[in-house]
Amino acid sequence: MKVQIHVSLKPGVLDPQGRAIHHALEGLGFTGVNDVRAGRLIELDVDDDVSDAKLDEMCRQLLANMVIENYRIEKVGEKEPA
Amino acid sequence: MAFRSAVITFPGSNCDRDMAVAIEQVSGTAPLRIWHGDAELPERLDFIALPGGFSYGDYLRSGAMAARSPIMQAIVAAAGRGVPVLGVCNGFQVLTESGLLPGALMRNAGQNFICRTVPLRVENNQSLFTKGYDAGQIIDIPVAHHDGNFFADEQTLDRLEGEGRVAFRYDQPCNGSRRDIAGILNQAGNVLGMMPHPERAIDPSHGGSDGRALFESVVRAALVAA
Repeated sequence: MKVQIHVSLKPGVLDPQGRAIHHALEGLGFTGVNDVRAGRLIELDVDDDVSDAKLDEMCRQLLANMVIENYRIEKVGEKEPA
Repeated sequence: MAFRSAVITFPGSNCDRDMAVAIEQVSGTAPLRIWHGDAELPERLDFIALPGGFSYGDYLRSGAMAARSPIMQAIVAAAGRGVPVLGVCNGFQVLTESGLLPGALMRNAGQNFICRTVPLRVENNQSLFTKGYDAGQIIDIPVAHHDGNFFADEQTLDRLEGEGRVAFRYDQPCNGSRRDIAGILNQAGNVLGMMPHPERAIDPSHGGSDGRALFESVVRAALVAA
């Protein structure tokens, strides 16, 4: 099973990287961009019997830093046959 | 009795030698060198130091992988028993990632790596690490980091301030840290994390020796405890 973990900074936490990307977009002449937040995508390939609770634990213990980050777990499909 | 200390080396640590030299110069005894994969610490330690660097290439987040390495469980247990633990720079990041200290260290607000000597204000001179300083004293200590921007929510910051756990504050804004916090203590006062490098400021011929009193304080505390 393929699982995508989307890790993003919590609202209210200043995102210097997102701000720099925002400035760079403006520098390229793009207008209408109101805000940019940069995050991280982690893709896991896990056995089908790995529970949602275990995935949650993985996020809380390692993949996200709960002080500053939120995470969202998305299952994107079954494991492809070999 | 000889001062028994340990410097932990992770893959990618690069200030471990500086830390060992500082400890030996001040205490007169070379620290034990411990590898991250070790599961146990030597017994009867007076002091544990987590050095700066880029442990595990800063993969995932600075300090995140090191905080989950085998030796960290032993360090968390030792900290719980009251052994003094100092984390400098990457070591501070490891301490927050491991939960020994609150908050997190984010990318510097200006996005740049900052490498220069900065003035720090000693906010708490009652801790075992800072007794050698005067309250409010300004000391010059080098910083060299990309992820030193201390973040914690307002409630946590208020608690840190209220409990006297802000050990050092940047005397001028440095990296965007909330309330200019440069170093914090745990509740028991035996764990200190700080971004600036006191181990790089122990010899006047290297530009300053304001970091020396921190190590002297730790050595003196061990003598008193013995």
